[in-house]
Amino acid sequence: MKQLLTRNETLVALVIVAFCLVGTLSDPLFFTVTTLSDLLRASIVIGILAVGCVLVLISGGIDVSFTAIAVFAMYATTIFTLGVWPDMPWPLIFLISIGIGAALGAVNALFIAGFGLPTLIVTLATLSIFRGFLLTFVGSDRISALPPEMRNFSRLVIARGNTEAGNFYSLPWAFAALVLVIVLTWFILQKTMLGRSIYALGGSVESARRIGVNVRRTQVFVYVYVGALAGLAGIIHGAMGRMADPFSLVGLELSVIAAVVLGGARLIGGYGTITGTLLGVGLIVLVQNSLIVLGIPSSWQTATIGLLILLGTGIPAYQAKRAAARAG
Amino acid sequence: MASMTKVPAPGLVNSPEFRLLIIAIAVFGLMSVLSPDRFLSPQNLTSMAFQFPEFAILALAMTLAMMTGGIDLSVVGVANLSAVSAALLLANVAGPEATGAAGIFWLFVAITLALAIGATAGFINGVLVANYGLPPILATLGAGLVFTGIAVAFTGGSAVMGLPPAIAFIGNETLFGIPFPLILFALLALGLHILLTRTSFGLKVTMYGANPRAAFFAALDIDRIILKVYTIAGMFSATAGLVIMSRANSAKADYGSSYLLLAVLIAVLGGVNPYGGYGRVIGVVLAVLSMQFLSSGLNMLQVSNFARELIWGALLIFVMVINVVDWQALRQRRRSVSSGGKT
Amino acid sequence: MTQETSPPFIAMKGIVKRYAGVTALGGVDFTVAPGEAVCLAGENGSGKSTLIKILAGVEQPTEGEIRIDRALAGRLDPRVASNAGIMVIFQDFSLFPNLSVAENIAFASQLAAHRSFYARGEARRVAKAALERIGVDIPLGARLEDLPVAQKQLVAICRGLASDARLLILDEPTTALTEREVRRLLDIIRKLKEEGVAVIFVSHKLAEVLEVSEKVVVLRNGEKVAEGPAAEFDAASLTYHMTGREVAEAAPAPLAPGAETLLTVENLSKDGSFRNVSFTLAKGEILGITGLLGSGRTSLAKALFGLVASDAGRINVNGQDVPLGDPIAASEAHIGYVPEDRLTEGLFLTQSIVRNVSIGRLDAHEASGFLNRKSLIGEAADWLQKLKVKAPQIEAPVQSLSGGNQQRVALARWLARAPQVLILNGPSVGVDVGSKADIHDIIRELATSGIGVIVISDDLPELLVTCHRILVMRGGEIVDETAAADTSEDDLAHRLAS
Repeated sequence: MKQLLTRNETLVALVIVAFCLVGTLSDPLFFTVTTLSDLLRASIVIGILAVGCVLVLISGGIDVSFTAIAVFAMYATTIFTLGVWPDMPWPLIFLISIGIGAALGAVNALFIAGFGLPTLIVTLATLSIFRGFLLTFVGSDRISALPPEMRNFSRLVIARGNTEAGNFYSLPWAFAALVLVIVLTWFILQKTMLGRSIYALGGSVESARRIGVNVRRTQVFVYVYVGALAGLAGIIHGAMGRMADPFSLVGLELSVIAAVVLGGARLIGGYGTITGTLLGVGLIVLVQNSLIVLGIPSSWQTATIGLLILLGTGIPAYQAKRAAARAG
Repeated sequence: MASMTKVPAPGLVNSPEFRLLIIAIAVFGLMSVLSPDRFLSPQNLTSMAFQFPEFAILALAMTLAMMTGGIDLSVVGVANLSAVSAALLLANVAGPEATGAAGIFWLFVAITLALAIGATAGFINGVLVANYGLPPILATLGAGLVFTGIAVAFTGGSAVMGLPPAIAFIGNETLFGIPFPLILFALLALGLHILLTRTSFGLKVTMYGANPRAAFFAALDIDRIILKVYTIAGMFSATAGLVIMSRANSAKADYGSSYLLLAVLIAVLGGVNPYGGYGRVIGVVLAVLSMQFLSSGLNMLQVSNFARELIWGALLIFVMVINVVDWQALRQRRRSVSSGGKT
Repeated sequence: MTQETSPPFIAMKGIVKRYAGVTALGGVDFTVAPGEAVCLAGENGSGKSTLIKILAGVEQPTEGEIRIDRALAGRLDPRVASNAGIMVIFQDFSLFPNLSVAENIAFASQLAAHRSFYARGEARRVAKAALERIGVDIPLGARLEDLPVAQKQLVAICRGLASDARLLILDEPTTALTEREVRRLLDIIRKLKEEGVAVIFVSHKLAEVLEVSEKVVVLRNGEKVAEGPAAEFDAASLTYHMTGREVAEAAPAPLAPGAETLLTVENLSKDGSFRNVSFTLAKGEILGITGLLGSGRTSLAKALFGLVASDAGRINVNGQDVPLGDPIAASEAHIGYVPEDRLTEGLFLTQSIVRNVSIGRLDAHEASGFLNRKSLIGEAADWLQKLKVKAPQIEAPVQSLSGGNQQRVALARWLARAPQVLILNGPSVGVDVGSKADIHDIIRELATSGIGVIVISDDLPELLVTCHRILVMRGGEIVDETAAADTSEDDLAHRLAS
């Protein structure tokens, strides 16, 4: 099984490498700092969301509401900031958004850990509840006059400049948030008892309960943490896009889940790694942004992502099926 | 899983369907009281009958997939791919000028094409689930994107228009004064009900959903059951696609994108166990009616579309909590302090 | 009562446990002292599993009090129990398939120590020490799901040893172990006892653990029916107390000489499961197949019915070859299979009794596309009556029935299909004593009616009273064959575990 999992990750890595090779061959401008910085920028929000999502999958659940949480937290924070203290420093704005996200995650946790409802159904319902609540009671207008501090944040860059060929590139500080989230989540998953409990829960809920894992508390943590990450991703999305759009993000959840599953996480729980998730995100972002360099018209982008999901999940699923038949 | 293995309590009053009937009547009554002249007007009742069949048919497809413990996230993709294909045929081969016999002929060709595409798409889902062992949620998610993607590629993302007038019949006409989409839905619902309760196949679907492993050990032809289930679901989706096409007088790759959530919601609201093994068509019909009464009523009351989404989600959670919480056990627990038992 | 050398470590008094109206334990007293080993004996359903679940904190008693070191324990949850040094090695192992061996062994102890951070290095050290303590070599980094079942059982035992256990509860600890491994386990138990650790064995095969035990407690139908020093018990008296009656089951009627061969299995092989299995089964014969957990007995049973695809070999029923790895073809060749795990493999628990019986005969009752429900229900009801299933209502969910009646429902499904070869895997697992004898009667009757029956079981007394002939499997091969009349329980136990 271990080889199988590694194979899933290496498979994705190989596809990425092949993609880049073909891309470079067909378009010499593909393999440049500009493309790289574009791709990294594009992967910030989806990356943060995916890291949260993999945590849920490892615990044996599924969450489709995190995009609604992200957009809710972003938009509500923006409205609040504009109304209360337009010059609020951006770290505080971020904290508010993260807090709102965590609170909405706690709503999921209430129904999942509290009432024991199936995670897919709960998060499907909260997806429409959060979005409906946002658009009905908070607002449905796009806001481009963001608080000045949010605009300032989007201008903070780690590196920027022009390549020798004269192409512009820039890597914003927002990327550091993704790195931070990756390190923190990796640490939780690998180094803390909480993280190992999440894996244990995904492996077998009953066994976890028997050795004294607090199943409910672990589940609550998972959904609150995912909510908080969604709040962070949302506010970054708003700041980087320089617009608070209440209609954005929702619809992205299936691509995020696709990225995570491509990276080797399994819906039955217990399996999934940060490395795999990032590879999955890389592939999805590549397809979304650079399909054209492979000579595939962008109108085939949706079909390509679908096909990737089928291949990425189908090959390991088929191997597992064959292995199960062999094991008897 | 443990939380959903609840057996439906015998007896009419305890059944989820009975609760739904109460909910449907309550919503209908409430809306009638809040907006009597408009909600109960013939125009409103007719317009409701035209509105709901398209997503209700998708909910029937979802119900069938959920009975096996699966799910079909490709219903909207299949509906649109079928509709786009039919529309391309109608617009380019028949053309808007095709009237009379020619129009009807091409309509039938288009319907056949749409159903064939629906069946093929569903069959592909089935193969992925049965033969390749993909979890249904991922198989139909991926395949759904592929179907939608093909529809996008066919049309470049824009709507296909210029359809012959004959297609209006499916979505906009009445037969004996009854809106045709409603008749279509009623027939399909009845058909699905009979399929599930009166045929060997239907019983096998239910049993497979209740315990796939036991079905394997009982020497049921599992792969064929799954293939059939998803193929039928695909054909239902194609039918819904045709209704949508007819009502919009066009076809587009991203029509009805909110229907996916709605279809899952209705099926679960209708008492279908998302882990398989339990579901009744009457429950789904009642759930559809509740949803539509709620939607229309809220519409009359000038409530925004977004609030509807909020209320749908809240209704779903509400019904799930009612279905899952074991009221009897709660009462017992209150009586004896230290019972433990079920967590 | 027993003479106790030291004050008890655990004293349970008047423990009552009711599940939704069913009384699993009806006021049981139980004590165990440091350094003492107690055999907790009882049939399936006697309440012994419930008792240890309560001790482990997994279940809460409905009534009664538990004292640990004489202090009244409040609400016992898994963490409190494990902090008190109560370690349970569950029959189903309760391990995590997705985690490494080291983590499986050491995770619980780090959890009990209320750690916040997972110490990987320490986990490896603890796991290594535990494995060394019982003298087995399993790679620490291996993922548990890749291990064979015997090694999983050893990992589960190591987990119990890894923490500072003061009471070790072993639930059916030897089901997958060879005789040599059992001996090593008993040596470890002796050493632990010298260190003052209390031990409870929960087993229905007590002969092998009696030698290291001080005390025996027998439960039956949720009541304590016997308690005394281990020296006063032997296999026969234990069986008497467990079943509540002298065992006087008649052996099956001898096989008619020259009975025609029904089933021929030739060189059936499956990589990693079993090799070169050949045997024949005659009409009216009852053939037992036994072996330890992991010996290949269950894989072989499944392979005979096509649930597992064999790599090579031949299965022939009545002169017709049966395609391998196809349960539908097997059932069309009149082979029937009643699985081991009734709850997950055998029955559709939430579905009605009548559906559970008729599921195998749906197509036979379908005419012009519609089910004839009347004839379907009629036939099912017929079979239920023939097998004396006590069901208040045949439309009630099958999970409302007792274990014995559930097993009869599973049997009825296959009998309705008129099998010629019937494979019964663990036919009386989880069935109460009375029903067990009834099921044995049914098996013997089936054989008398001309059906060839294969009974797969590790319940040796059961094989001895039902079978004509017994095959012993070890390491995937049939290593021994004996007539049931020529062997005894001890002899058979030795043959399968040596």
